[in-house]
Amino acid sequence: MSGTFVGMPAFPEAAREAVRNPTLRGNLRHATHTIRAKRARAVGELADWAELREAGRRIKDHTLRHLDRYLEQLEESVTAAGGTVHWAADAAEANRIVTELVRATGESEVVKVKSMATQEIELNEALAAAGIRAYETDLAELIVQLGKDRPSHILVPAIHRNRGEIRDIFAHEMGEWGRPAPEDLTDTPADLAEAARLHLREKFLRAKVGISGANFMVAETGTLVVVESEGNGRMCLTLPETLISVVGIEKTVPTWRDLEVFLQTLPRSSTAERMNPYTSMWTGTTDEDGPRAFHLVLLDNGRTDTLADTVGRQALRCIRCSACLNVCPVYERAGGHAYGSVYPGPIGAILSPQLRGTGSEIDASLPYASSLCGACYEVCPVAIDIPEVLVHLRERVVEGGPAVRRGNKVLLKPAKGHAAERAAMRAARWAFAHPGALRAGQRLASRTRRLHPRTLPGPGRAWSGARDLPAVPPEPFRDWWQRTRGGKDGDR
Amino acid sequence: MRVALFLTCVNDTLYPDTGRAVVKLLTRLGVDVDFPMDQTCCGQAHYNTGYRHEAEPLAWHFSDVFRDYEAIVTPSGSCGAMVRELYPRLGERARAEGRGDGLARALAPVVPKTYELTEFLVDVLGVTDVGAYYPHRVTYHPTCHGLRGLGLGDRPRRLLEAVKGLELAELPGAAECCGFGGTFAVKNAAVSAAMGVDKVRDAESTGAEVLCAADNSCLMHIGGTMSRLGSGMRPVHLAEILASTEEEPAL
Repeated sequence: MSGTFVGMPAFPEAAREAVRNPTLRGNLRHATHTIRAKRARAVGELADWAELREAGRRIKDHTLRHLDRYLEQLEESVTAAGGTVHWAADAAEANRIVTELVRATGESEVVKVKSMATQEIELNEALAAAGIRAYETDLAELIVQLGKDRPSHILVPAIHRNRGEIRDIFAHEMGEWGRPAPEDLTDTPADLAEAARLHLREKFLRAKVGISGANFMVAETGTLVVVESEGNGRMCLTLPETLISVVGIEKTVPTWRDLEVFLQTLPRSSTAERMNPYTSMWTGTTDEDGPRAFHLVLLDNGRTDTLADTVGRQALRCIRCSACLNVCPVYERAGGHAYGSVYPGPIGAILSPQLRGTGSEIDASLPYASSLCGACYEVCPVAIDIPEVLVHLRERVVEGGPAVRRGNKVLLKPAKGHAAERAAMRAARWAFAHPGALRAGQRLASRTRRLHPRTLPGPGRAWSGARDLPAVPPEPFRDWWQRTRGGKDGDR
Repeated sequence: MRVALFLTCVNDTLYPDTGRAVVKLLTRLGVDVDFPMDQTCCGQAHYNTGYRHEAEPLAWHFSDVFRDYEAIVTPSGSCGAMVRELYPRLGERARAEGRGDGLARALAPVVPKTYELTEFLVDVLGVTDVGAYYPHRVTYHPTCHGLRGLGLGDRPRRLLEAVKGLELAELPGAAECCGFGGTFAVKNAAVSAAMGVDKVRDAESTGAEVLCAADNSCLMHIGGTMSRLGSGMRPVHLAEILASTEEEPAL
């Protein structure tokens, strides 16, 4: 299952399967509702939350507007501190750079800090193809990797698994990757954590190369920041001789001081903690402490194209807290895999079709994977108006229009499969622009009301499969109004 | 005060009782209500499905029909949100595309005087007790566009709490979407239906006879789900509860 996302079914089909899986539904409901309530409490503790949210939005918008300048500053700072900066335009280039860097060390295995950027470029698969084994060390990523599964959540990749399933995965798979799980492994959290600790400690102490992402990059000092809960990331960042960090260019912040805002909003939004347990910061290399070689791979992979879109660019503010996933009623029922992307949930529905384009069936379906309820916008700590971008991308899917792909302005054609809908929308618009036509339609519906079924054939089956249609009334309102002028001449 | 009822195309066609209730309620409160016969649809379904350019002529039409009224009242949180939140965006986008500021200028006068029914009652008329009588146990679902789009806040609750005979039951997970979402209900039918079922189960757990909301689109989805599940509950629009009196009680 850990291959690529190519060939994923479109969202509605994948979601239909997920909705029918009672274990998955139960796991997701329990996890999202728990974290949702905790987040609300953690956020409610801060009297200045609205100001923090606005500050975060402004810092990100300012940085994105001058991203070229800050990236150059970042490169200078990292280089001055003894690091090496590499620029990767896309996933293939990033994977090639990292593979060559690992090969140059002569190593055939690496330890990894949980990182969305390396998931996005499918680095583990690229390394495996080059004969290099990458060990995930984040507990949830470990569960996913051992289970030959895919992450289903940005922050809690194994959110779709319960304790019993995790016990089985550890018991059956750990031996394949290193130290096996104890014979008498139970499904208690302490037991599972201890098995993971023993299994992972071997990897930390043996690995010569570590690979990470970063939550933030500070342009003025060349400092990279990872926030985490377990400390496994810190081991990967400090123990190996070589550290390679693959980071999306939008993770830049101008100054050290800007972190003040995000180190408050990120943990409260994601894990509902006042402060995350481990904050690791590294700046180039230091003699006799930490890695002796540091490489930063700056990843574009569709980000510059996204930046060119005046409505959609706000998606690049995202700090990957996953609050939008936890509050989303669609994510709660469909689960992360249905999104066919490492970025699931509401943010994935706007980020993936921008980073990858709307060309594939799954990417064209993602902007519709929302009821536009607005809960995601409400909780977003950097105020990304996700519903606004969803509607904007829907327009791109059904109407086409101008976009930027790989730095070039292109005129997108409408996606396939919307011709009938487009015709219906145009017909409806025509009828609504002609009140007489609307009225004739209403009268026809009322006159034939006894013939209307409560369920529908054809495309309407999607509605009537689970819901009864309302009965058509004997008289539309406007006829009643005209007959009685608002009841003044006697009702009915 | 010359007030226009913007009933919405869904209510006009499928829920005329809601329209009659709004007229009865506002008339009882001394408001002179008109129903401009040329009104049709705000274009929300077009806009939200990605057909912004198909929504534009409907926005123009809306401004033509409603321009001359002092206030425009609608018993729909989502259509109200379309006018108030999204019409300005239509104007901005047209301008950004180099098509001038004609649409923005046409919409500028109608946008701020469009009110969802509960806003009009509480903010403009300044009433929370509308003299209603409704002897039933009711639970209230604050629809997404009313709650988060328009920010109706506790206005609907305050109106309901003042209704004589009405017993208000707290709906668990009230702020969660019912799963309708316009074309979402068809495009992602499985997820939409699952959300609808959960909403109905939560509503049933309150022991209420009636689920009330201020948007018939959501009620169509929730009511259709109740009907399919054989639930004993009924969906009722808020306006019909507020229009009900001891002399003329609603069912």
